[in-house]
Amino acid sequence: MSEMSKDKMDSYWNETKRLMWIIMAFWVFFSFVVHMFAIPLNNIVFLGFPLGFYMAAQGSLIAFVVLCFWNSSAQNKIDEKYGVAED
Amino acid sequence: MAQQTAAKGDFISNLGRIYAIYTGGFIGFTILLAILEQFGVPNKVIGYAFVFLTIGVYALIGWVSRTAQLSEYYVAGRRVPAFYNGMATGADWMSAASFISMAGGLYLQGYDGIAYVLGWTGGYVLVASLFAPYLRKFGQFTVPDFLGVRYEGNLARVCGVIVLFSASFTYIVAQTFGIGIIASRFLGISFEIAVFVGLVGILVCSMLGGMRAVTWTQVAQYIILIIAYLTPIVWLSTKKYGIPIPELTYGQALQDIAALESKLGVVKGHIAAFADAKGQFSWDRFVNYFALILCLMVGTASLPHILMRYFTTPSVREARQSVGWSIFFIFLLYFTAPAYAAFAKLEVYSNVIGQPIAQLPAWVQNWSQVGGMLTINDANKDGILQLAELRIHQDIIVLSTPEIAGLPYVISGLVAAGGLAAALSTADGLLLAIANALSHDIYYKMIDKTASTAKRLIVARALLVIVAICGAAVASTRPSGIIQMVAWAFSLAAAGLFVPVVMGIWWKRTTTTAAIVGMMSGFVICLYYLVMTRYYPEAFEAMWGTKLWFGIQNISAATFGLPVGFLLTWILSYYTKAPSDEMQAFVDSIRRPKGEIAWTRGAQVHE
Repeated sequence: MSEMSKDKMDSYWNETKRLMWIIMAFWVFFSFVVHMFAIPLNNIVFLGFPLGFYMAAQGSLIAFVVLCFWNSSAQNKIDEKYGVAED
Repeated sequence: MAQQTAAKGDFISNLGRIYAIYTGGFIGFTILLAILEQFGVPNKVIGYAFVFLTIGVYALIGWVSRTAQLSEYYVAGRRVPAFYNGMATGADWMSAASFISMAGGLYLQGYDGIAYVLGWTGGYVLVASLFAPYLRKFGQFTVPDFLGVRYEGNLARVCGVIVLFSASFTYIVAQTFGIGIIASRFLGISFEIAVFVGLVGILVCSMLGGMRAVTWTQVAQYIILIIAYLTPIVWLSTKKYGIPIPELTYGQALQDIAALESKLGVVKGHIAAFADAKGQFSWDRFVNYFALILCLMVGTASLPHILMRYFTTPSVREARQSVGWSIFFIFLLYFTAPAYAAFAKLEVYSNVIGQPIAQLPAWVQNWSQVGGMLTINDANKDGILQLAELRIHQDIIVLSTPEIAGLPYVISGLVAAGGLAAALSTADGLLLAIANALSHDIYYKMIDKTASTAKRLIVARALLVIVAICGAAVASTRPSGIIQMVAWAFSLAAAGLFVPVVMGIWWKRTTTTAAIVGMMSGFVICLYYLVMTRYYPEAFEAMWGTKLWFGIQNISAATFGLPVGFLLTWILSYYTKAPSDEMQAFVDSIRRPKGEIAWTRGAQVHE
């Protein structure tokens, strides 16, 4: 797509970068931040599980799956908006 | 099994039907063996049937998928749909360590063991967001290919191959070791011979058809390994709580465990986070928990045998989607593993501990006969088993669950077939990653650029066999600690490959010199820390005045390599000449899904 203007490419890339940073923020939260509070969270019971344990064994994993699919569909929307999706 | 007859015609559009028939055939085969078992067919025959029939099917797929085309051999013709690439990645990813050892680690370590579950899943978010679509758009054959083009030259390419080789070879030794353990247990042959039987199993899948054969075999292996992993635990959950979803019911098991722990006087509870042996909060555990998660996640995103799977999808869009499917299929096994640990622990605490040693359940007797896996030592000679008198090895938790649940032997055979599928599929992917890097990046790109297709494929296959034999030879010397070797591989890949690839895509200003210096210093620091703390702890302590830097275990060695690599690459990039306009245009072109790649003049491109 050599005919794509520099401005358009820049704003396409800025939107892509924004999405990337949002995904990374969620990734940091579900990989590290939430587990730092595992000890207090373990005092709360969720679905019969201590919540701190649940987040590490299931909650974060579900979040990772959702993040990957969400990233895929959000990026597709950006691609289509700028007309850079594959034919 | 007739499902492969359809493989010739329009294979891709018939995938769903082919694999549905295959799955049905496998379930039918398992049921048939279950019936035969009731008629008194001996256990040994059932074990042999599972091992040889599954390897036979993989070999058949490998044979049917043989190819003489380069793009079929290296990237499966780039025709693998997202869904199936996800399944293949799942099998590629989950190894003997995930299948056999992980639940056992959770059994022994409780909460702290979950670092492995988190670390081996969360990395896919990085793959999805930072890597996969851009490497797919780049559209060549290997990860060192990308380094060679982005950092203009063979030095970056060679550095990439060095890191790739160190990480993948460490990993493949661990897998071959795992195959040897399973084959020797279920075939009743010696470990050294079993390793080479496993080697044949690996080679028949990958040698003739390269990536194409490995892809379709891995899909088949995923189906077997997930059925094998879920069947016993679903059965156990139904039996205990009446609900066939163990992931929901083990919350109750955890509560029952907690009640038993206080009765038995266990000070470090199963769910206690970051606790030392006395049950007190420990900073050391806390720091190591997160360091390990970081290294495993970043390592996930840097392992070439995983990244190269995303070279095989038909489009950038499907590459992205395929990461979603990958983590979904991996998730199915990983969120079940903690349930295994909980159910096994509950069973041991309630029906084994406190029993007269003469009246223990049959599975305890069976496993205590397998050398060193389960030992009972009646220290106070009262004839009653105390918790401290029982030692269980982490590798038998998954393998013994069918017996704990009182299931027929056919389920044990099924679990063995699953473990074998997990180890073989990962070994295949790793072997291909190494052999492709050597044949494509070193031989073709650097030694003989005029080599014909036929000659390149011969070299690729010869290297595949040589690397496989070396891996088996090292594995047969029984180097210690599978999990440790696997974690090392992750740290090496993370320290060496993550920074140059991620910065090459996301920061145009990254220069060749900076990337090479950053990559090699990160890698060397990681390697130094690993080798010194593992093999020369006295020399390390004499030099640094401490056993470990900041108390961080060497399985998380990339904790030091990563920041050094990042900082050096970043700072040096500002002190070196900015990449050419041509290179900037190239980076732009891999960022857009649509359009041609803007190759720089120096790039040597094929096809």
